[in-house]
Amino acid sequence: MAFNGHQCDDESIDEDETPTKQPRSNKEMPGCFINEPKNEAAASAGRATSDRRTSNSTARQRSDSVKKTRPPFPWFGMDIGGTLVKLVYFEPKDITAEEEQEEVENLKSIRRYLTSNTAYGKTGIRDVHLELQDLTLCGRTGNLHFIRFPTHDLPAFLQMGRNKHFSSLHTTLCATGGGAYKFEADFRTMADLQLHKLDELDCLIRGVLYIDSVVSSGPSECYYFENPTDPDRCIQRPYTLENPYPLLLVNIGSGVSILAVYSESNYKRVTGTSLGGGTFLGLCCLLTGCSTFEEALEMASQGESTRVDKLVRDIYGGDYERFGLPGWAVASSFGNMMSKDKRESVSKEDLARATLVTITNNIGSITRMCALNENIERVVFVGNFLRVNTLSMKLLAYAMDYWSKGQLKALFLQHEGYFGAVGALLELLHPS
Amino acid sequence: MAEFVRVDSSTSGHTMDKSITLPPDEIFRNLENAKRFAIDIGGSLTKLAYYSTVQHKVAKVRSFDHTTKEATGDNLYEISVQEEVTARLHFIKFENAYIETCLDFVKDHLVNTETKVIKATGGGAHKFKELIERKLGLKVDKEDEMTCLIKGCNFVLRNIPHEAFVYAKHADSEFRFQTTQPDIFPYLLVNIGSGVSIVKVESEDKFERIGGSSIGGGTFWGLGALLTKTKRFDELLQLASKGQHTSVDMLVKDIYGGSYGSLGLTGDLIASSFGKSATADKEFSKEDMAKSLLHMISNDIGQLACLYAKLHNLSRVYFGGFFIRGHPVTMHTITYSINFFTKGEVQALFLRHEGYLGAIGAFLKGAEEDNPNQYSWGENYAGSSGLMSVSPDMNPMQRARSGTFDMLEMDRLEGKLVNLPLLQDASSYIPDTVDLTEDAHAREYWLYCFEEALDGVVKRAVASQPDMPEAAERAEKFRQKYRHKLQTLRHQPFAYGSLTVRSLLDTREHCLNEFNFPDPYSKIKQRENDMALKYYQKAVKCLDELSWEERQYALVRGVLAGNVFDWGAKAVSDVLESDPEFGFEQAKRQLEERPWLVDSYDQWFERLKGPPHKCAMFFVDNSGVDIILGVMPFVRELLSRGTEVVLASNSGPALNDVTNGELQILTESIAAMDPVIQAGLREDRLTLVQSGSSSPCLDLSRLDKVLAMVVRERKTDLVIIEGMGRAIHTNYYAMLRCESLKMAVIKNSWLADRLGGKLFSVVFKYEVPAPSQHSAALTPS
Repeated sequence: MAFNGHQCDDESIDEDETPTKQPRSNKEMPGCFINEPKNEAAASAGRATSDRRTSNSTARQRSDSVKKTRPPFPWFGMDIGGTLVKLVYFEPKDITAEEEQEEVENLKSIRRYLTSNTAYGKTGIRDVHLELQDLTLCGRTGNLHFIRFPTHDLPAFLQMGRNKHFSSLHTTLCATGGGAYKFEADFRTMADLQLHKLDELDCLIRGVLYIDSVVSSGPSECYYFENPTDPDRCIQRPYTLENPYPLLLVNIGSGVSILAVYSESNYKRVTGTSLGGGTFLGLCCLLTGCSTFEEALEMASQGESTRVDKLVRDIYGGDYERFGLPGWAVASSFGNMMSKDKRESVSKEDLARATLVTITNNIGSITRMCALNENIERVVFVGNFLRVNTLSMKLLAYAMDYWSKGQLKALFLQHEGYFGAVGALLELLHPS
Repeated sequence: MAEFVRVDSSTSGHTMDKSITLPPDEIFRNLENAKRFAIDIGGSLTKLAYYSTVQHKVAKVRSFDHTTKEATGDNLYEISVQEEVTARLHFIKFENAYIETCLDFVKDHLVNTETKVIKATGGGAHKFKELIERKLGLKVDKEDEMTCLIKGCNFVLRNIPHEAFVYAKHADSEFRFQTTQPDIFPYLLVNIGSGVSIVKVESEDKFERIGGSSIGGGTFWGLGALLTKTKRFDELLQLASKGQHTSVDMLVKDIYGGSYGSLGLTGDLIASSFGKSATADKEFSKEDMAKSLLHMISNDIGQLACLYAKLHNLSRVYFGGFFIRGHPVTMHTITYSINFFTKGEVQALFLRHEGYLGAIGAFLKGAEEDNPNQYSWGENYAGSSGLMSVSPDMNPMQRARSGTFDMLEMDRLEGKLVNLPLLQDASSYIPDTVDLTEDAHAREYWLYCFEEALDGVVKRAVASQPDMPEAAERAEKFRQKYRHKLQTLRHQPFAYGSLTVRSLLDTREHCLNEFNFPDPYSKIKQRENDMALKYYQKAVKCLDELSWEERQYALVRGVLAGNVFDWGAKAVSDVLESDPEFGFEQAKRQLEERPWLVDSYDQWFERLKGPPHKCAMFFVDNSGVDIILGVMPFVRELLSRGTEVVLASNSGPALNDVTNGELQILTESIAAMDPVIQAGLREDRLTLVQSGSSSPCLDLSRLDKVLAMVVRERKTDLVIIEGMGRAIHTNYYAMLRCESLKMAVIKNSWLADRLGGKLFSVVFKYEVPAPSQHSAALTPS
C-alpha cells in the first residue's frame, strides 16, 4: 500500500450536490443534441478543485472494507474484445504534494503519457468527448479516461507496457473480454503482467449501471429518439433510467450478446448472433475494399440501400396488404443483387449502406423477438458498433417502435463501447 | 418474405435447348380427361397440376345365380374384369425453359373443352400470363402465393405418409421420415424464398404470417454473387459445400483462445460472421466466403424460427422454399442451427414434396367444387418420381437435372382413411417392423428378393389374362417399370419415404395396376376357394369331435396351417407351383411344434376359459385354405362363444389375399352349409367390412372410416391380425388398447433367421394391454 496514501473519505460525500455537466463532443455525433461549446484542451486539462463528488450509487457501493483494500494506482480497467481493446483509466486529480513526491517515476510517466495525448501510436485513440471529470471513485477524485485501440495492436501495447516498466508498479490489471483469456500468457511473458480475468457480461452490466448512475443528473447518459418513425421529427432526447429493471441489454461488438437484466446481479444471456459489427465491417471490406469502420460508415452514409435490397414494393408494386407488410419494407436483403444488371449498377456506397441496414435490422428483429419472449419493454443498445453510427441507432429506434407498434423503446448510452472496461475497473476497486 | 421474387436473368434456362421431344405417355399422362389446371411458376421451375379420371381395369367377382345356371361347372363365382373410373391428380415439375414446349404439348393433347381457367401462382405467373393464355386458350386466374403454399402443405401432410422428414447428414440414413400425425395442426412453416416468411398454421383455413426476415435465399444468392462472382444459386451452394468458414468467420476461440466456459459457448462457435475479413490486405477464397455466408444465413433463419416457435409455443417447424428444396447443404445447416438454438427441443422438418406445395394449393383452390379434401388420396408409387437427391457430392450424375421431369401422382382412395380407434398411441404408431432405409443389410436382401420374384410375377400376370394377346407386352412393360423402381430404390432408398417391405409390395401393386393387371391371382384364388370350400364341412366336423380343450388348440393350428398357403411368399409359391396337391394336412405337418418361436398360446388358452369377448375384429390374409379352412372355423368358435366377429378384408386385390368382394361370396356359401355362420350373419353377429387398403400389409393408421365406426359401435375388445404381411412385416410391435392376437407362419428363411427362428416358424403373439394404462383409460381421476 505504499502508493496508497489516502483513504476513502466518506464524510466528503454530498449526495445532494449536483455534478457539473461534463463536456462532450458533438462533432462525431451528428444526431446529438448536446450543444455546449466544447474545448478539447479544457476537457483534458480538467479542474484542479472538484465540485463534483459522487453519486448515490457510488455511495452505495462504498464500504469500510473498501477503504482498507483500496488498490494502489494506476487504476485501469480493460476489455479486450474481438476487434477492439477498450481501456479506461482513472486519473486522480486530488494528488497532494506529498503524494506527488512519493509517486514513482513510472507511474507519473504513464499518467502524463495517457492524459496529455489523445492518440497513441497509429491506432490508439482517447475518446475525449466521453471523459468523465471530477468523479469520485473510492474516495479519490479525478477524471475517467476512455481509450481504445484495435485488438491486433495489442502486442504494441504490451511492448509499450514493457518499455514503461509497467510491471514494476505491482498493480493488478483487471481485464475482461475474450482477449483477457486469449492473451493472458502474452501479458505475462511480454510485459510481465498478471491479469485478473473477469467475466465480460458481469463487467458489462456493472459498467452500464455505474456509468448511468454517475452521470444521471447531467446531460443524460441514456437517450432515445423521439418520433423514430418520422425522419423529419426524429430527435435525440435524454432518458432517465431510474427503475431500469427489467431491461434487455444488447451489446453489439464484433458479435452480439443479448442479456435480460433483472437486477445488478441477476441477469441471463438470452441469446446472441454472429451477425454483428464484425460482420458489417468484414462484409464492407470484402464488398468495397475499405479497411476501417469509419471508412465503411462514411460510405454507408452516402449510399442508398434500396438499390441493393429488394423491397416489398419491388415485388407487389406497393404494400402486401394480405400480411400487413408496407411497401418500403425490405423483402430480401441484397435481393436485387441476384440480377447481373443490377450488380453492375450499384456503387460501393450503396453496398456499404445495404450491409449496414441488413445487419442493423437483423439485430433489431432478433432483439424484438427476445423482448417478446422475455416480456421486457425496454431495450438498451450498447457496444462499439454504435459508435458514431447514428444511422444504425435511428434504424434500431425505428424498427423497435414500428414493428412493436410503439410497445418497445430503444435506448442508447453515450459511453456505448466502454462498459465492460468500466466494469473491470470497478472490480479492481470494489471486488464483488 | 415468401418466394416473392424470382430472378430470371440468373437462371440459365433461356439458353437451353427448348426443342426437346417429350415422351408423352410418361409425363403429361391422361391429358384426354384432364381438367382443373393449375400452374405454379417459380424462378427456375414450373409446376403444372391437373386432375384426370383414369379408366382402369378392376377385377370384380360375382356370384352365379345358382337357381338358373346350374351348369357353370365347379366355380362358385365368376370373375369379370371391368372398367372403373378413378380420380387422379397429376403434378409435373420442369424447368421454365420448357414451359412453351410443355404448353404446346398440353394444348395438342387436351380434348376436354369444359376447362376455361387455369389457376396460377408463383412469382413467374405474372410474367408468363400472356403466354399461357395464348397457348392454352385458358384464362389465367391468379391465386395468392402464401395461401396456395399452406393449402398444399396441409394436403401433403394429411395424405402422404412419410411426407415430412428430419435430415441427419451423418446418420446411416440421411432422411428420417416422420409418421403422419392424427392432427397436423398447429405448425410453423418457414418459407425461405428470396426472403423468409414465417407462417403459423392453426387449421385448414386459419393461418397467419407471424414474422419473417429479409435475410433469406436472395441474400445468399445476391451477396454470394457479389462476393464470389458466381452467378448461379446451385453453384454457390456447391462452392459453399467445399469451403472452410473458419478462415472468414471470427470464432469464439479466436477471441477467447478457447471456449467461453461460463456461458457454455464452445470455441468453434461463430462469434462474428465475416469477422476475420475486416481487413483490406487479405484474400479469401470463394469457397470459404460462400461457406461463411451459408452459415451466417442458415443460422440467422434458424434462430428466428426458434424464437417464433418459442413465442407461439410450437414444436413442429417445417422448412421450405427454394433455399431448401432438397439441397442437402442447406437442410444440414438449417438443421444444425435449429438443434443449436433449441438444444434439440425442436426438430427442423422438411417435406418430400416441398416443391409442389404451391401447385397443389393452386389446384385445390380451383377444385373446390370437387371437394378434394373430403377424400383421402394416396401417392401412386408407379407414377411418381420420388425424392431425388441433389447432393453435389453424393451423386454427381443427378446434378444434370436439366431436362428432368419430376412427377407426383395421387390417386383418390375409396373413402376417407382414419386410425384404428384401438391404437394405444396413434401419434407414435409405426406400421412397419423394419425400416429398410436405416437397415442396409435388410434393404439389400429385400431388394434382391423382390427382383428375384419379378419373373414369377410377370409370368403370373400374363397367365391371368389368357384371352388378351397384348398381355405379354404389358407384362414386359410392368417388369421394366418395377425393375427400374427397384434400381432407383437401391440408390435412393428414401425416394418414397421410409423403404419397407410394405412399400416394396405396394409399389409392385401400383405398377401392376398401371399396366392393367388389376388382379393377377384372381383365377388362382377362385380355384383355391372352390377347392377349399369342398373340405369345409369335413374340417368343421373333425373339429366338433374334439374335446373343448383339444379343439382350441386345433383351431389355432388350423389358422396357422392355412396361413402356409401363400403365394406372396417365395418359399411357398415354389412348393405350390410344383406340387398343387400340397394339402392342408401336409401343411399342418410342416408347422413347427410347440413351443413356437413366439408362443403365448397358454395365456390365450387361459383367457378362453374366461368370459367371451364382446367383439373380435379379424384382419384376414389369404383366400383359399387360409380363409376357408383356417379362419372360418376359428370364427365359428368365437361366434359359438358369444363373441361378435367382424371380418376385415382388403378393399382391392393384392396377391392372393382375399378381397372383400370375394369374402362376401365365400361367407354366403359357407353360411349355406353351416348354421352357426348362417345364424351369425342373420343376427348381425358376423359382419364383413373392408379395410380400405389394397396392400398385402396393414397400416392401422389408414383404415376405412366404416371399419373404425364398427370398431367403436361394437365395442371391439379383441383384434386378431393374421399373416406375415399384416402381423410381422407390419404391426409386429403395434400396441393396442385391447387384447390382440397376432398369428403368422414365417415363410421366408431370411426373416425367420432375423427373428431367430427357421422356415415355417410360428408367431403366436397374444397381448393384453398393461392394466395400469387400461384402468387409467377407464377411470377418470
